[in-house]
Amino acid sequence: MSERTPLYAKHIERGGVMVDFAGYELPVNYPQGIIAEHNAVRNAAGLFDVSHMGEFTLKSKDAVKALNRVLTNDFTVMDTGRVRYSLMCYPGGGAVDDVLVYKKSGGDFLIVVNAANKDKDLEWMSANIDDLEVEFEDISDRVAQLALQGPRSGEILSSLSDSSKLPEKYYSFKENVSVGGVNALVSRTGYTGEDGFELYCAPSDAPALYDALMAAGEPYGLVPAGLGARDTLRTEAAMPLYGHELRADYPVSEVGLDFAVKYTKDDFIGKAALLSRPPQYVRIGVRVADRGIVREGAPIFTADGEEAGVATSGTMAPALGYAIAMLRVRREFADCELYAEVRGRRLKLAPVPLPFYKRA
Amino acid sequence: MSLYFTKSHEWADVDGDIAAVGITDYAAGELGDVVYVELPEVGSAVQAGGKLCEVESVKAASEIFSPVSGVVTEVNTALEDAPELINADAMTAWICKIKIDGLNAELMDETAYKAGL
Repeated sequence: MSERTPLYAKHIERGGVMVDFAGYELPVNYPQGIIAEHNAVRNAAGLFDVSHMGEFTLKSKDAVKALNRVLTNDFTVMDTGRVRYSLMCYPGGGAVDDVLVYKKSGGDFLIVVNAANKDKDLEWMSANIDDLEVEFEDISDRVAQLALQGPRSGEILSSLSDSSKLPEKYYSFKENVSVGGVNALVSRTGYTGEDGFELYCAPSDAPALYDALMAAGEPYGLVPAGLGARDTLRTEAAMPLYGHELRADYPVSEVGLDFAVKYTKDDFIGKAALLSRPPQYVRIGVRVADRGIVREGAPIFTADGEEAGVATSGTMAPALGYAIAMLRVRREFADCELYAEVRGRRLKLAPVPLPFYKRA
Repeated sequence: MSLYFTKSHEWADVDGDIAAVGITDYAAGELGDVVYVELPEVGSAVQAGGKLCEVESVKAASEIFSPVSGVVTEVNTALEDAPELINADAMTAWICKIKIDGLNAELMDETAYKAGL
């Protein structure tokens, strides 16, 4: 039985097409459809319910030590009020998850994880930091999350808050911001490739925050947006998704996320394995040159018919007007002419630098 | 001419021994934004109830089943560049024409089809 987020009734009210996602009933799209929602986020703004995401708190004396052990990024030097992206690895170098870490103060962190990985992450982290002096807690049930994304997001939020209290820099956040009367943690982050904010609040406040944002956003072209647009937006922005680009059996050194893997720090789980063998695969972007759409799982071949790898994500890119895919291919074939097999046909692919879409 | 429907939400507009085939407005609504139609090949034989082609929305590819048995005589190439015609008006956006050699026994008229939605 799927869980419902505090905004379930809002989705139904707006005609959301509900699907099960990571154990939650969430809207895949609203009546106007994925393409309209996608384009609204690129040109104006969209509001997503991301309350299914998991949130953990990590506090006390050894918090930084714990983060540096279980995560690949380096948390030794980090300003309060900043957000940092990181991967979390198994000893073999494959991904447990990708996470965001918020530094509230010296020994007080918020960790945001993927909904589908929440229980696994909690167990994994607990088991690997239990010798340290930390207070580690899953607070997911006490947190609702909304993502306001798109170029008009700042204006919308400013109309509901004291704009001097809003985070200015990308990947920074402010606590205790009053947004339309609701107390929220406001973070300038997102999963769409646009400017935008993620707002964390108490579940009981979420419907009021949702209504306030939708009402304030209407003159700016704000629309409710679902999981479908969230996926096409993140794919255009070439942001990895766990289960697609990131997996337990894919070493994280093969995903092109080295900015978040700090081999210079003392140690982290997975470091030795990652350093012991050079990456075999690479993540690349392609446009589908033939007619058709290449989706996750499509096998990739060279012109000679050699197996080169697999498509990890693929879709028609609404803002670009053509089909795109991210591939995991063997390094030696990364610069070759490549083809994707779709229902028995080989579709020609053309290389495209990542990200496919970059905001102006 | 007469219009028939399938339980799997295709339509066949039969004129003599030629059926124009498409998907219903209901199916188009369920699929969402159609972004690609993999048209069947002219000259290919199809079976009533068997796979005819694939229609892809942003989210996923869906199989379309043929309402009639016969041979594909023509495909709507306008859908290659404008698959969104299916969302605009699914009942006029025919996918292909089939020279019929048999109807699906489970075809319905419009009233029966709409009663089942």
